[in-house]
Amino acid sequence: MKEIVVISGKGGTGKTSLSASFAYLEGEKAVVCDCDVDAANMHLLLNANFENKEDFFSGEVALIDQEVCTNCGKCAEVCRFDAINIIDNQHVVDVISCEGCHYCSRVCPVEAIDMKTQKAGDVYISKIKNEAVMVHAKLGFGAENSGKLVARVKTLAKEVAKEKKKEFIITDGSPGIGCPVIASLGGASLVVLVTESTISGLHDLKRVLKLVKTFNLNAVCIINKYDLNPDMSRQIEDFLEDENIKVVGKLSYDENFTRALSQAKTIVEFDENSNLAKNIKNSWKNIKENLE
Amino acid sequence: MKLTIASGKGGTGKTTISTNLSSYISEIGSKVVLADLDVEEPNSALFLKNKLKNEEVFNKMVPNWESKDCILCGECAKVCAFNAIVALPSEILTFHQLCHSCYACSELCPTNSLPMKPTKIGEIKEFDSENFSFVEGRLDLGQEMAVPLIDGVIKYVEKRFKNHLMVFDAPPGTSCPVIEASKRSDFVILVTESTPFGLNDLKLAVETMRVLNQKFGVVINRHDIGDNGIQEYCLKENIPIITKIKNDKNIAKLYSKGELIYDKIEHFKNSLEEIVSFVGAIK
Repeated sequence: MKEIVVISGKGGTGKTSLSASFAYLEGEKAVVCDCDVDAANMHLLLNANFENKEDFFSGEVALIDQEVCTNCGKCAEVCRFDAINIIDNQHVVDVISCEGCHYCSRVCPVEAIDMKTQKAGDVYISKIKNEAVMVHAKLGFGAENSGKLVARVKTLAKEVAKEKKKEFIITDGSPGIGCPVIASLGGASLVVLVTESTISGLHDLKRVLKLVKTFNLNAVCIINKYDLNPDMSRQIEDFLEDENIKVVGKLSYDENFTRALSQAKTIVEFDENSNLAKNIKNSWKNIKENLE
Repeated sequence: MKLTIASGKGGTGKTTISTNLSSYISEIGSKVVLADLDVEEPNSALFLKNKLKNEEVFNKMVPNWESKDCILCGECAKVCAFNAIVALPSEILTFHQLCHSCYACSELCPTNSLPMKPTKIGEIKEFDSENFSFVEGRLDLGQEMAVPLIDGVIKYVEKRFKNHLMVFDAPPGTSCPVIEASKRSDFVILVTESTPFGLNDLKLAVETMRVLNQKFGVVINRHDIGDNGIQEYCLKENIPIITKIKNDKNIAKLYSKGELIYDKIEHFKNSLEEIVSFVGAIK
């Protein structure tokens, strides 16, 4: 079983549209895994049915029992997150600022502070349109620990893939370079970097590739909107050549990305015979060839 | 006034609007500072001609073990809620990546063997751009926690630019980084695009703003390609649509080269004017 993780650093490069297309092409051989838990939307393209749901608990917040509290102020004194406010002469925890460090509850002289585990989101295992299985999640509003939720989604995807003897896990990674994307990358057989021919596309590609190299992972690259800025595309290709990263696809600027999206279709379904669809199929073939 | 430009989904035009709006507002006579809070992937600077004015290392405070007086009681590991400390029979290990800087281990240590010391997690840079000030935070690669640095950049700006309009270019998403970038603002502009992805992520962003009790409005980018979902949703939910920006490949081209747009494309400038009059930022 091989896990292919698609990431991009920058948003809006076509990462999810491409991951969903690969999932559609591979059909029942694949488990699809949406690690962009902060703003998950791959389910829209693949018609997920939200069949099995599990609650995801992570992180804690402090809760002050006003009956017991003597308003001594010790808790507010030790809190480094400005999470304890005085409202109507009572000490109250701001749950959004509270990091769940327990310090206040440990120093409270009358044991008025309890730590409550928070529900941080939902994880789903869904059937999707082409008989494949999808594991995805929804992060609770304002919840933290999206890295841990990503890790949970990935673990579940692996379990499902093993149990159902699937050949591939196709993972739509999280944006950025912080904890969610680090969690997305764990255990990847191959990383597919999606970039676009813009100045920020190149900038973010450089940062995210450094991260990938820190984890010693193999990577290939797809350049989207290739014809938008030929000079920039050349710079991106030169950079990739220096870094020894193979380009597995060059896709032209195409508003059909948006049109397909509006009909909740992957690009390879939307206009099967278009050059864009052919190019994407070809890219997927190249990716598979790079899986050793 | 503090204005945050955010979006659930990435790639909707958040940075384009932040940079162009800041430049436009300063051109018509207000003092503006733009802060790039997308500290994981900061790229506003690519669109501005900048002169570096000040540079600071950004640290977070973490415990450092000193063996001299330590009695290896293990209290530090017990009080740490983030598994950042492991007490072995003969030594204490600290994992700074996992540390939230709550100080509990350090201050509850009976022998003061875990003093808090700064460790670098990123940088804050201040630039003079053509006509306004620009500050960016940049998280070091391999660092996991963006929130302290976002907070650091906001505090930097609040301290030095009291009488300016502060424009914050927020990170994408709906979790802690975007909350940090929005919670102290007077108004949040949510930038979206009229696709099902845009709508899905807008709904998440709206719910986050409502949890924060935050005032907000929507800018629809590339509104004439895609569908009507966003407009219908905003109407139903009573959310103001501040402006709609036309789909225009020339904008994408200028963006790809790192150029400002409003001085070259009239309809884009008109949209900025609508934002300005809506927000009422101009004296």
